[in-house]
Amino acid sequence: MCGIAGLFIKSSRLRPELGALLSDMTSALCSRGPDSAGFALYTTSEPGRVKLTLTSVNGRRDFQTLGEILSRSLGAPILTTHRYTHSVFTVPEEEVAQCRAWIVENAQDIRVLSEGSNLEIYKEVGYPDDVARKFDIRSISGTHGIAHTRMATESAVTTTGAHPFSTGPDQCLVHNGSLSNHASLRRELRQDGIVPETENDTEVAAGYITRELRRGRALGDALKSSVNDLDGFFTFVVGTKNGFGVLRDPIACKPAVMAETDDYVAFASEYRSLTGLPGVANARVFEPKPATPYFWEH
Amino acid sequence: MNQVELGSWSGRDIRTGRGPSDPFTELDLSALSLRELNARLQALKVPTNETFWRVQNPNGAHAVAVGIDAPIDVEVAGHVGYFCGGMNKCARIVIHGNAGQGVGENMMSGLIHVKGDASQSAGATGHGGLLLIDGNAGARCGISMKGVDIVVKGDIGHLSAFMAQTGRLVAFGDAGDALGDSIYEAHIYVRGKVEGLGADCIEKELRDEHRAELFALIEQAGEAHKIDVSEFRRYGSARKLYNFNIDNAGAY
Repeated sequence: MCGIAGLFIKSSRLRPELGALLSDMTSALCSRGPDSAGFALYTTSEPGRVKLTLTSVNGRRDFQTLGEILSRSLGAPILTTHRYTHSVFTVPEEEVAQCRAWIVENAQDIRVLSEGSNLEIYKEVGYPDDVARKFDIRSISGTHGIAHTRMATESAVTTTGAHPFSTGPDQCLVHNGSLSNHASLRRELRQDGIVPETENDTEVAAGYITRELRRGRALGDALKSSVNDLDGFFTFVVGTKNGFGVLRDPIACKPAVMAETDDYVAFASEYRSLTGLPGVANARVFEPKPATPYFWEH
Repeated sequence: MNQVELGSWSGRDIRTGRGPSDPFTELDLSALSLRELNARLQALKVPTNETFWRVQNPNGAHAVAVGIDAPIDVEVAGHVGYFCGGMNKCARIVIHGNAGQGVGENMMSGLIHVKGDASQSAGATGHGGLLLIDGNAGARCGISMKGVDIVVKGDIGHLSAFMAQTGRLVAFGDAGDALGDSIYEAHIYVRGKVEGLGADCIEKELRDEHRAELFALIEQAGEAHKIDVSEFRRYGSARKLYNFNIDNAGAY
């Protein structure tokens, strides 16, 4: 099972509603993945600054203090904003590497869920409607976003095992399906300097896309080659700073439906997830074809 | 892609002959639960005076109008989710929108007419009746069909008619890869190009009896004399995989 919802907004007037629209889309997919949920949202950016979304594996909530210590230690201003079990640290671009190194050294319970100028990721175990409410996803505005409801098959039900996964700056990926060659691919990725942090198969797929992008390939090409290099069942929705892509495996077991209007492109595992979108009754509704990458960019 | 104007309902349906001016009983899924809706339709016995029904606000719900066993007409005003019209017997169901996977799954008789596109596994394991799709059908259309007739006015996806036992599958457009894989005795007619044939599926000669069979199906789809039957090609079983033969091991 698992459910995916994705929304790529073309017209600026819908941007304030990104979180609300994505929450409603996700709500219709609770039964497909009742054990965890996650949201990746591309929101505002500040020039010269990078956002890190953090969570703690031992339940730490006092991110304020952590932010202050980190700020003093780096000698750089850090803005912290908290949502439920997560916090977004906005740091100067040139301090990102140092900041991440400091976290690894001094705050071992902290996991960095995303890094990027626009991307924020919020994911947690629990019923998707509850997760969305606790993070107050409805209040978030932005240009595009991807959500996932999880019914775990390949790894434990934990916060870091929930989707979306981010393995590169402003990149994220969600997955419906299961991969069977993730162990060997994980070893390969480690050799290439991409170290997956969980035992989850989807993180390996995200890492694969990141590696291909690092090699200078276009997202469309990276998606295309993943059809040959990833073994298993998958429908992927990926996000980048400016774009939004969809790929289904050649067998196309996992459901996918899309709706496009002048205002947005929306993806969902089931049509009922799309019914609350404005003007969807007159949208172009279609199923993405198997083994064919689809991509939209701002 | 077949663009359907949702909820629009003008003129009489080519198959049921029903139009919006005919008196109908309304079932509104924004007010009724799916169970209540299906219970109402499943409770109908022959004879009944309530022969014309309209389902409002389906909004992609799964299992709409399944298990009907009465010669009634049901109009569904919008997109539906999975398994719409499953196990249908006698009823004529018209969907004014797209259908999710497994539309008309295991249908026994009657008609299911999808005005938009159908997702994967349309008409799966169907035993009888006619499944008519105005748009495209996704992967595995007519998988394991057992006597149903399926007419798709657009394209059909990969692995269509997989292990199809009997019945007829007609596509006015193209067919995806592995058409008719491991097919038994179903007849396949495709007008467009076929990306590839599955194991044990071959092209066969289109003889007069097949032209007559195809014409009757096209006529049922309301397209008689608009489409030339000789534009179609026929595909069926080479009958080499019926029984296990060690020489064919590579093909299994």
